[in-house]
Amino acid sequence: MFQKIVVPIDLAHEAALGKTLQVAADLARSHKASLCFVGVASSAPGGVARTPEEYDAKLQSFAASQTAQHGVPASGHTIISHDPAVELNKALEKAIRDLGADLVVMATHVPNISDYIWAGHGAHVAAHSPASVLLVRDQDSTN
Amino acid sequence: MTDQTTETSDGIPGPDGAAHVIDTEYQIGQDNVEGSVGPFGFDIHNPVFMVSGAAIVAFVFYTLALPEQAGAVFSWLFSSVTKGFDWFFIGAANIFVLFCLMLIVTPLGSVRLGGTEATPDYSYIGWFAMLFAAGMGIGLMFYGVSEPLSHFASSMGGTATEGGMRTDWAPLGAASGNEAEAMRLGMAATIFHWGLHPWAIYAVVALALALFSYNKGLPLTIRSAFYPVFGDAVWGWVGHLIDTLAVFATLFGLATSLGFGATQANAGLNELFGVPVGSTTEVVLISAITAIALVSVLRGLDGGVKILSEINMGLAFVLLIFVLLVGPTLFLLSLFWDSLVAYVQYLPALSNPIGREDVNFSQGWTSFYWAWWISWSPFVGMFIARVSRGRTVREFIICVLLIPSIVCVMWMSVFGGTAMYQVVTDGYTVAQDAALELKLFKMLDVMPLAGITSLVGIVLVIVFFVTSSDSGSLVIDTITAGGKVDAPVPQRAFWCIFEGAVAIVLLLSAGGLQSLQSMVISTGLPFTVVLLLMCYAILRGLMSERRNT
Repeated sequence: MFQKIVVPIDLAHEAALGKTLQVAADLARSHKASLCFVGVASSAPGGVARTPEEYDAKLQSFAASQTAQHGVPASGHTIISHDPAVELNKALEKAIRDLGADLVVMATHVPNISDYIWAGHGAHVAAHSPASVLLVRDQDSTN
Repeated sequence: MTDQTTETSDGIPGPDGAAHVIDTEYQIGQDNVEGSVGPFGFDIHNPVFMVSGAAIVAFVFYTLALPEQAGAVFSWLFSSVTKGFDWFFIGAANIFVLFCLMLIVTPLGSVRLGGTEATPDYSYIGWFAMLFAAGMGIGLMFYGVSEPLSHFASSMGGTATEGGMRTDWAPLGAASGNEAEAMRLGMAATIFHWGLHPWAIYAVVALALALFSYNKGLPLTIRSAFYPVFGDAVWGWVGHLIDTLAVFATLFGLATSLGFGATQANAGLNELFGVPVGSTTEVVLISAITAIALVSVLRGLDGGVKILSEINMGLAFVLLIFVLLVGPTLFLLSLFWDSLVAYVQYLPALSNPIGREDVNFSQGWTSFYWAWWISWSPFVGMFIARVSRGRTVREFIICVLLIPSIVCVMWMSVFGGTAMYQVVTDGYTVAQDAALELKLFKMLDVMPLAGITSLVGIVLVIVFFVTSSDSGSLVIDTITAGGKVDAPVPQRAFWCIFEGAVAIVLLLSAGGLQSLQSMVISTGLPFTVVLLLMCYAILRGLMSERRNT
């Protein structure tokens, strides 16, 4: 049913992604789909990488490690943003269209009061993306 | 990165490498504290955020609690800095201009910011609009009419001495009674203060920051430019000190201009609509400016700051063309050329740092201006750096130094020229005699469509303040996040609101703004040393870069 699954990720919080990555890989395997990891880098040096090229290299090797681990084809797509803190939503939305994704799997936090002021990235993508969207909570709501 | 580089002993890649990063153990964000206050996340550089925040609050309390003592201390500091170190400011500013011009003509000019393969982030128009709006937009609104008029009048008055000291405020030897020459001298002196020198100061800071972050991979913060001087020690207290000082100068610089800007916009609104002059109106104005700036910073660099800057540049251009066409067009066009010639002709004498006879002019005007531009340079320079990735050094210097200087000559010739023409030809001296904040409006008053142009003037003043306030908040946020540009959004909202609050508190206290402005200008002295070191760092950094051929 799905052919291209886009997984937006933040390389700075790789450790928190476990559940999302597992879900995405399982879906890719059962649908025989390919995974595309999308990361957003700023043109200025950041904590993950000091140049956009370095960021892209890290993202590609992350994608390769996912392929090795889960046995599904995966690629990486780097978006360069002038002001990632506020442009992230729009940039993700555009990348999802450009890449022709039919499913987006992304990690999201449990909503809290601040979501009334600043909606989370997941909420924005779910509201605006033409693709199906699966938001994976970082913890179960029963916890 | 993997390019072959020949490493020198201090870890800076050698000249054979492409634009590539300095090998340092420092990881961007390693000293940061992440967390959340209630629902709002933050990501701050530990000592810099805390120390600068606490120092700002402490200084505000000090000025409020002991206004007279603080006023006396700061004005003493201010006058000893601008009077005692005039030679240092004037000499250093000359070095910055020569340094920038040198970069245009040498092969170092072909180094590209961001590496040989980088492409510009912004179009020329968007880029230019942003650097101009951050750089001096607001000053042009207020000094465009008043400064040429002041120098013209003092030059006409001739020189006066008392006890062997000049007591007049005229530049150089004045031009007693000679209208044409006084006009030329007035224009030359004004352009001197708004042309090559201030933009060279900004260009040095901006170039240093852009080079060390985009090409060398160091965090986008002031301390990075000192890596060639201090090595890994910049990640310690030396760096904290430099960054804190920059935050301090930026925040107080913005807060004081926000306060003065509100006073000035209030005067204009009073002139036009009879809005009462007083602290209530001013507080409302600051709150409104801060609110618009808040929307702009939350919309980000492309969605907010850039759009506002472009609107502003468009409006300013329309006003310029209007005054040029409706005013004495031919006179203004020839004045533009004459002013350029006069500027070149008087430049050596005006920029001479030692043995000046015109002490009031060289200390009260030039030295004051240089200290002012320099204390603003961390903010403007950092903002220019943020938007200049992908340009070559030569392109960068031409666009940050030469084009803004020409625009300033144009602006000053048209606005100052019209006002001088009104005085000389029509005998209309109302603008000349008016208070500083009213001069522009009084000049527009005797031209057609005065109501509309004055309104455009007020809108320009307000939007220029918004663009300073939003770009300033971005800069402070980046510095206090240790150079990270992706810190949580509520953090930049915090700085924007904090800045407005400091401005309001200082405005409501008697003399608070005045004394803090003196203090901000005093920070120009340590920063001059900082800028001189930056020139050295830029040279070191550029020599290790691959040049485009």
